[in-house]
Amino acid sequence: MALRGDWVYENNGGTCVAIAGSDYCVVAADTRLSVGYSIYTRDYSKICKLADKCVLASSGFQGDMKALQKNLAAKHLIYQHQHNKQMSCPAMARLLSNTLYYKRFFPYYTFNILGGLDNEGKGCVYSYDAVGSYERTGYSCQGTGGNLITPVLDNQLKSPSPLLLPSRDAVTPLSESEAVDLVKDVFASATERDIYTGDKLEIIIVNATGIRQEFLDLRKD
Amino acid sequence: MAKALADVPPKGGFSFDLCRRNDMLVKKGIQLPGFRKTGTTIVGLIFEDGVILGADTRATEGPIVADKNCEKIHYMAPNIYCCGAGTAADTEAVTDMVSSQLQLHRYATGRESRVVTTLTLLKSHLFSYQGYVSAALVLGGVDVTGPHLHTVYPHGSTDTLPFATMGSGSLAAMAVFESKYKEGLSREEGIQLVSEAICSGIFNDLGSGSNVDVCVITKGKTDYLRNHQLPNPRTYVSSRGYSFAKGHTEVLSTKIIPLKAKPEVAVVDAMEE
Amino acid sequence: MEWGAVSSEGKEVSTILESGSQRTLSPYVTGTSVLGLKYKDGVIMAADMGGSYGSTLRYKSVERIKPIGKHTLLGASGEISDFQEILRYLDELIIYDHMWDDGNSLGPKEVHNYLNRVMYNRRNKFDPLWNSLVVGGVKNGQKYLGMVGMIGTHYEDNHVATGFGNHLARPIMRAEWREDLTFEEAVKILEKCLLVLLYRDRSAINKFQISKITEEGVTISEPYALKTNWDFSAFQNPTKGAEGSW
Repeated sequence: MALRGDWVYENNGGTCVAIAGSDYCVVAADTRLSVGYSIYTRDYSKICKLADKCVLASSGFQGDMKALQKNLAAKHLIYQHQHNKQMSCPAMARLLSNTLYYKRFFPYYTFNILGGLDNEGKGCVYSYDAVGSYERTGYSCQGTGGNLITPVLDNQLKSPSPLLLPSRDAVTPLSESEAVDLVKDVFASATERDIYTGDKLEIIIVNATGIRQEFLDLRKD
Repeated sequence: MAKALADVPPKGGFSFDLCRRNDMLVKKGIQLPGFRKTGTTIVGLIFEDGVILGADTRATEGPIVADKNCEKIHYMAPNIYCCGAGTAADTEAVTDMVSSQLQLHRYATGRESRVVTTLTLLKSHLFSYQGYVSAALVLGGVDVTGPHLHTVYPHGSTDTLPFATMGSGSLAAMAVFESKYKEGLSREEGIQLVSEAICSGIFNDLGSGSNVDVCVITKGKTDYLRNHQLPNPRTYVSSRGYSFAKGHTEVLSTKIIPLKAKPEVAVVDAMEE
Repeated sequence: MEWGAVSSEGKEVSTILESGSQRTLSPYVTGTSVLGLKYKDGVIMAADMGGSYGSTLRYKSVERIKPIGKHTLLGASGEISDFQEILRYLDELIIYDHMWDDGNSLGPKEVHNYLNRVMYNRRNKFDPLWNSLVVGGVKNGQKYLGMVGMIGTHYEDNHVATGFGNHLARPIMRAEWREDLTFEEAVKILEKCLLVLLYRDRSAINKFQISKITEEGVTISEPYALKTNWDFSAFQNPTKGAEGSW
């Protein structure tokens, strides 16, 4: 179906990063919405709070991003009515995967990272492709600046191989403030070299006390 | 008859066989190497006693910034400069070739170069390459006939204008000129307006960015104001830094290969034999 | 038969798809940029009245800004017939909502949300409404300005512009917009943008409507023209600038 025209998609750019710690999770994305060489707006939030301990950051096509967020929010509402509790982050992660794969042959052109706390209160990050393949990782980064940031995170946070036995924790050894500092720095760097990343950085920090939000100005050129 | 015509070797002129071959290859799905395009904002205007040129300093390769502080205002002659947009290699090559011809012409005639001469050399070259040399230029200078400003398009057409913009940021910059340009601006007003137009490109066009270069050309004097404005400092620097303790990189194995001692070669005097 | 329907042989039936998506693939009569701006007491919006048939200026009195309900203004660029269909949808929506007789009325945010879903759903059916829409309004002291594109891309901002306006007018609006703009200042900015568009967008024409919406309601101006300037001495004799060349 998608073969019938590429006009049904648009790349609105943007970069998302998430880092999981032992008792926190940092999720961040820039707020630039653009297409081609022009900027639509400098202040579009790509991060969506799905549950008390679960946030979703997406980049790609804005129309699909919003449709996906609304879809998940609606399903979460039904879940709450049926179970009288909020969905856990691992459950939401599976739901997101299924939701994406449901549209396998007319995909949501979105690149998602789900971050939050798992059932033990440990930080968790789930990383996806556009059609629902997913994996729990210690950190992840997607979007137009993804290729620039990933090696830096690999260098600073290097997750243990998931093939190791006995399995080791994927959370990073960094403290919360160190992780936030790292996120700010990698975004400032990505903004220097990726034309689709910039304007403002929105950072969401999830920990036992709740959800906190921070902003940082980025270059506007 | 037709056969005979086909056998005649071409008499001079550029052969476009390879262009046609490349088009065919692209149609077959072969990826040609990408060029460094200066997705650019370049501008120029005429003010009360000369010409002011302006440019941003970002060079891009697709979505990646290849050079954060490049120079897009090229030297043509002491009294003539030229801003270039398009493929970086083409703008540099074409301006260098023409400026060398101008230099030789000055040696031969002993007179100052004229802007029309430059314009004509540029457009003839670009026209003969049918647009394959992708250089979009804003040419400005002051000669014996006064100040001149022109735009040159990749196919070789030219324009004579009181104010001009080119590149991917041309619309953002033109918005500034169309709403604020007046005739007979002073030097300071001119520099201010050019900077404003470039900044409009820098902040509204993703292909343009970083700093503002300005070049003011008046009768007998040229001021090249490199990095006239620096409106885009980095917004955050990590306080922790990235120092790596010795031994940060795990040593998996070690093998030492001693260099071979250089064998001594007795120097024998050839004459002794 | 439905979209993407498959015949009994398993071959795709493409005739309906192809004929159904004809208009989609090339719009007929189109309008150019719409501009919108928040100011101190509300939102103002501007557009010219041209309707282009390809590069022919076919219609010269197309009203491209319309009031929707009590609190909303809608401006459209792109296919005029699709815009008029959208107006019919909205009429139906507003009337249906009114029939509840519960004292509630749809505000700009609701209208924008509705349009976002309509545009996005039509692109999902590969039969888009060929428009970029600007939605502005005021309700309960809350100013609202947003836009939605042909395939459902949507956002809010303090100033928006569609099509060429995003390239030529947004730079000016970004440089000059303030939270506390008076109505007169806002009109001045919009007229500046309209003039730039008139000079540089070949399908723009010198016949405009400016409209405002505040808590008090909607006002749409009579059509009027802007004063243009072609007096630059360099325009008098263009060949003089490059004598000796061609």
